[in-house]
Amino acid sequence: MSRYGMVIDTVRCVGCMDCVVACKTENNVPEGFNRDWIAYDVQGEFPTLQMEIRSERCNHCDAPPCVYCCPTGASHVHDVGGVVLVDYDKCIGCKACVASCPYGARFINPEGYAEKCTFCIHRVEEGLDPACVSVCPTHCMHFGDLDDPNSEVSTLLASRRHHTLMPEAGTKPRIFYLT
Amino acid sequence: MQELTITRHNEMIDPLLHIWGWEIPVYLFLGGLVAGIMIISGYFVLQHRYRHTVFTTFYLPYIALALLSGGMFALFLDLEHKIYFWRLYTTFEWTSPMSWGSWILLIIYPALWVNTLIRIPEPFKGKIPLFDRLSALLHQHPVLIRNIGVLNMVLGVALGMYTGVLLSSFGARPLWNSAMLWALFLVSGLSAAAAFVHLITTDVYEREMLAKADNAFLTLELFVFGGFITGLLTSTKVHIDAVRLLLDGPYAPVFWVFVIGLGILVPLAIQLFAVNHKIRHTAIAPILVLLGGLTLRFVIVYAGQYSTWA
Amino acid sequence: MSSFTRRKFLKISAATVTVASGAAVLSKHSVTPAQAAKRPATGVQRIPTTCDICFWKCGAIASVRDGVLWKIEGNPDDPLSRGRLCPRGTGGVGAHFDPDRLRRPLIRRSDRGRDAWHEVSWDEAFAYIAKKMHAIKAAHGPEAVALFSHGIGGNFLKHTLKAFGTPNMAAPSFAQCRGPRDTGFRLTFGEDIGSPERTDIKNAQCLVLIGSHLGENMHNSQVQEFADAVGNGATVIVADPRFSIAAGKAKHYLPIKPGTDLALLLAWMHVLVQEGLYDKEYVAKHGFGFEQFAARLATFTPEWAYPETGIAPDVIRATAREMARHKPATLVHPGRHATWYGDDAQRSRAIALLNALLGSWGSKGGFYTPASMDVPAYPYPAYPKPARPKVDNPDHRYPFAHETITTGIREATITGKPYPVKGWFVYATNLLQALPNEQETIKAIQNLDLLVVIDVVPSEIAGWADVVLPESVYLERHDDLNVELFREPFVALRQPVVEPPGEQKPNWWMAKRLAETLGLGHFYPWKDIEEYFAHRLTAAGLRYEELKAKGILRGAAAPIYAADGVPLTFETPSGKIEFYSPQLEQAGFDPVPVYRKHEEPPPGAFRLLFGRSPVHTFSRTQTNRVLADMMDENEIWVNADVARRLELKSGEYVRLRNQDNVLSNRIKVKATQRIRPDCVYMVHGFGHTAKGLRHTYLKGASDSQLVTRYATDPLMGGTGMNVNFVTLEPEATRV
Ligand SMILES: Nc1nc2c(c(=O)[nH]1)N[C@H]1C(S)=C(S)[C@@H](COP(=O)(O)OP(=O)(O)OC[C@H]3O[C@@H](n4cnc5c(=O)[nH]c(N)nc54)[C@H](O)[C@@H]3O)O[C@H]1N2
Ligand SMILES: Nc1nc2c(c(=O)[nH]1)N[C@H]1C(S)=C(S)[C@@H](COP(=O)(O)OP(=O)(O)OC[C@H]3O[C@@H](n4cnc5c(=O)[nH]c(N)nc54)[C@H](O)[C@@H]3O)O[C@H]1N2
Ligand code: SF4
Ligand code: SF4
Ligand code: SF4
Ligand code: SF4
Ligand code: SF4
Ligand SMILES: [Mo]
Repeated sequence: MSRYGMVIDTVRCVGCMDCVVACKTENNVPEGFNRDWIAYDVQGEFPTLQMEIRSERCNHCDAPPCVYCCPTGASHVHDVGGVVLVDYDKCIGCKACVASCPYGARFINPEGYAEKCTFCIHRVEEGLDPACVSVCPTHCMHFGDLDDPNSEVSTLLASRRHHTLMPEAGTKPRIFYLT
Repeated sequence: MQELTITRHNEMIDPLLHIWGWEIPVYLFLGGLVAGIMIISGYFVLQHRYRHTVFTTFYLPYIALALLSGGMFALFLDLEHKIYFWRLYTTFEWTSPMSWGSWILLIIYPALWVNTLIRIPEPFKGKIPLFDRLSALLHQHPVLIRNIGVLNMVLGVALGMYTGVLLSSFGARPLWNSAMLWALFLVSGLSAAAAFVHLITTDVYEREMLAKADNAFLTLELFVFGGFITGLLTSTKVHIDAVRLLLDGPYAPVFWVFVIGLGILVPLAIQLFAVNHKIRHTAIAPILVLLGGLTLRFVIVYAGQYSTWA
Repeated sequence: MSSFTRRKFLKISAATVTVASGAAVLSKHSVTPAQAAKRPATGVQRIPTTCDICFWKCGAIASVRDGVLWKIEGNPDDPLSRGRLCPRGTGGVGAHFDPDRLRRPLIRRSDRGRDAWHEVSWDEAFAYIAKKMHAIKAAHGPEAVALFSHGIGGNFLKHTLKAFGTPNMAAPSFAQCRGPRDTGFRLTFGEDIGSPERTDIKNAQCLVLIGSHLGENMHNSQVQEFADAVGNGATVIVADPRFSIAAGKAKHYLPIKPGTDLALLLAWMHVLVQEGLYDKEYVAKHGFGFEQFAARLATFTPEWAYPETGIAPDVIRATAREMARHKPATLVHPGRHATWYGDDAQRSRAIALLNALLGSWGSKGGFYTPASMDVPAYPYPAYPKPARPKVDNPDHRYPFAHETITTGIREATITGKPYPVKGWFVYATNLLQALPNEQETIKAIQNLDLLVVIDVVPSEIAGWADVVLPESVYLERHDDLNVELFREPFVALRQPVVEPPGEQKPNWWMAKRLAETLGLGHFYPWKDIEEYFAHRLTAAGLRYEELKAKGILRGAAAPIYAADGVPLTFETPSGKIEFYSPQLEQAGFDPVPVYRKHEEPPPGAFRLLFGRSPVHTFSRTQTNRVLADMMDENEIWVNADVARRLELKSGEYVRLRNQDNVLSNRIKVKATQRIRPDCVYMVHGFGHTAKGLRHTYLKGASDSQLVTRYATDPLMGGTGMNVNFVTLEPEATRV
């Protein structure tokens, strides 16, 4: 069984938002909404500053509260790669999953269902990288199987320092940020 | 110093800022009120007060049915994909409190309905023969009636707890990460129900009794609040930040003035005087309690959505 | 009354806008059923072309799904994009779907600056223009017609106007952008940096960025290589008054006081020379006048530079030594938008000299020698020889200007000297946002007999036109071949991937039709542009069909470094790197750069700085709905402590008032640690005042509007624009 995840190199990322634009066109994300976004995290005081730039999106958590709380089963874990998905036809738009996600990864599509990053499963199943990964001009994003020790993502994690977002929230995120 | 800029910048883009509107607090409030009513009414049934008291056993189940439907309607209004409402009942998701809740709500309807059968009101008598027959059957077997009382109390407790558990199951919202939330909503529901009966009953006994009970509930609520707040305050930084939204953050004025002050302390004081016959009972105290209960739901839901791990 | 409300808001009437508002981002509404019917019904087609959201011209592949434009990705064959576009290129789909696009040719119906237009046919438009042009020619000569054009799309129009007989054609990319840099490098090395720049960023071991805000400045190859360098662990040194994205990657961030970079550069060179850290062999072999140069550096110590720049002497020394440690793979980036303070050519020359000391010119990790393919020009008939020289630089007032100065043409249009200019063609440049001091531009426009604007949307400049010609966007047209000078030679093709949604036409078609209407049809011996391509490519031994299918044809890669045998030659008078410049001396300028103080903001005021957002290009993308969704207004960056003192919070609106009392549109405050307290910063291109740009009208503030003052570079006529001071006025207290 595969377990898809992303490894994003914050050292290379320039926060250009190409990943956000690409998600928009690839997935026809409605105006005013985004499935991914950039966080510019600045610490310190001028001029002694540190900045980490992160491309953020649904973490496809190993322990996904959004799936647990969904009353209809619309939010589910996909068989391929353990990707967390929403079955739009089952969703009643109760927003429980929106409230349950510590990352704010979900929003309600104007058509009434919960939407979020799909890890571009339609591309991945065709053997392509997710749209955001494939466009990133700095090549700072990597996608692959975390359970395969020889995958690019696994080797990067083995060789570089990294962190996840809000690990204390207990969701076991599967997007890792190299520092 | 940390400066975090996130490119999701408005309410539409940033769900952290807004998830649920007025519908969910209203739903939770009505749910809590119905829960309280079921417990009180069930208790009266259990105590065989249905033979004497008019109001609680007579009208309460009907009112509860109406209030419950109102709550369900609010929930329905909140759904963004309304035509798929029925999907709630094509599955049972055991990890989802919302799924539990919808099924609990569903079985509450028959429970309230059988409760109404204990004493069918005059205007309805003889209209639906089946109901009359069932009612007669119940009276032949008082144990059934007792069980109806128990059933209503149990489901009432379940419903009251559920309104809190629903929120506290959201690990993502630190303010709701409290095991006291179910107790808080349950007690608040009870006190609201007591105030409600107090407000509209014509029966002196009921009024006196429920005013006293309400005082007890309000006092208890204060303790539960204490537990809720100290629990979060002694937890991690995010939880402290979360509860400070209520204590000295943006929600503090509403919390202290409307929930604690006007919603608990003032009515408690008034009712203490009233039950000791220092002053006459008026509608003021119960109305304050009801409004306080409603505000509580609003404050907890809104501040909870505002609280994050980030 | 504020000058803001006194302005005329120009728009092109709603009559030209036929599409309802509120359409979704990827609205399909701008495609008429008739057009859709012409298209293949189903499936995804992938068509190679090149991006035109900026002038980098990355190779792209557009996907058209069921006949409707879906997405644009990089072309993996393309050396510029290496298969990945920048965010603007990815968001280019929004240019095609923009519901505010111009659709039909328009002729002004009343006086300039008023919003009244006739929609006309293309023939009527050309007949009108040709009549006016003939009249101008008769009265003032053909030189009285000038062209402002930015980007490859203007090539054919240039051809038509050269055929008409005028030499006056300019782009803001010289006097408002990279001109001083190119002059500074020419004076030193005898050559330009070019665009795309010949900087070997990816192999640099030490990269010095002086204001170049790569990562926000999204010139694709540069940013990709920047990430490579950072990923390889290169030492990055950034001097910027603002903690830019690049600063976030830097080992040394130097929060320099704006306008003092020349002092820092001189001090760095002082350290290298005084400590003997420079590349002695390289300098001895290729340098000219080093002794004189070294002597003049003597007083420019780090201690001297400290009070000017605010950068401590030990930091200046440490960074200079760091540069020396990695030489010659130390690249002091020449920047691009170099028009800052009016002494920019000299500052650029100092950058060139610093690179020369490090031996980076010609070296791996420094400046490589680019190559291009030999694709011969089309054999047109000879152009008539203009009777008078170019109008922009009379008597070589700016002796080292090697391109035409936009602002020089503007000045001549105002003064009528050295001769009158009566007709302007404006192609793909929003002069009101691009040139400093828009009042001067408006004044010049009022002197014209003819202003033709070729644009895709009703921009500010289009609002002033007599004739507006609607162009199809880059996704709907062919442009001239892009024969690029880069790391490796290649030729790239821009070709249509979808139909235009209205009557818009490509520039080549307009230029050809205009020439024919003017009676210059013989300058267009080809029938259509594909014939032109085929002719040129055949002459180069290439096949058009192959280019059409692939989008890009690459030539054989050749060595690009001196170490690999590329000869180092310098086209300077001495044939060497001119550390000391006799040319400059003869012309009355400093032969070795000298730092002079610039005026500082008065108390309570801030220097206004500006730059790029990664998701916008100048003033041309704010109306693109996809990109607007990423950023739909700009913010004014204010140091957090200053903001506290002024009681301003992030998200509050303020207006900026400049030294000439011009008040900006409202703009949101961004209170941040990321900027010095003596300046404020905003992204260029916002604050549109053209009402026809419905989505972006009056969103954010325009830096251009506040650039009423500019410092002209005496060497080459560039307009330094970082010389304006503003105060902040809370929106609420404004009456
Ligand atoms: N205040 C200030 N001024 C500046 C700068 C700054 O940062 N601040 N930057 C300077 C620099 S570095 C530069 S290079 C210049 C850039 O200056 P310009 O090249 O003039 O850039 P824009 O302002 O984007 O104007 C481009 C115009 O072309 C139109 N356009 C877009 N696509 C097409 C097309 O396909 N066909 C046609 N016909 N028109 C099209 C747009 O609608 C817009 O009106 O500005 C310079 N001026
Ligand atoms: N996304 C995007 N990318 C673009 C463009 C675009 O429109 N959009 N335009 C392209 C073009 S044509 C150009 S010319 C380039 C321009 O991009 P660059 O040449 O990189 O930058 P500038 O516009 O000169 O300068 C902006 C930066 O200089 C800093 N700065 C301002 N004053 C000073 C000073 O006195 N000293 C120092 N050391 N720093 C200072 C500012 O804080 C800011 O970080 O960008 C190119 N890339
Ligand atoms: S596209 Fe790449 S570099 Fe740009 S913001 Fe996204 S992750 Fe960062
Ligand atoms: S990030 Fe949020 S939406 Fe995504 S799996 Fe985790 S909890 Fe669910
Ligand atoms: S909004 Fe949809 S996906 Fe989310 S919890 Fe409700 S039903 Fe499930
Ligand atoms: S993986 Fe696909 S859906 Fe998820 S953010 Fe990237 S582009 Fe969007
Ligand atoms: S740098 Fe970006 S906008 Fe410019 S041509 Fe390349 S992809 Fe297009
Ligand atoms: Mo530029």
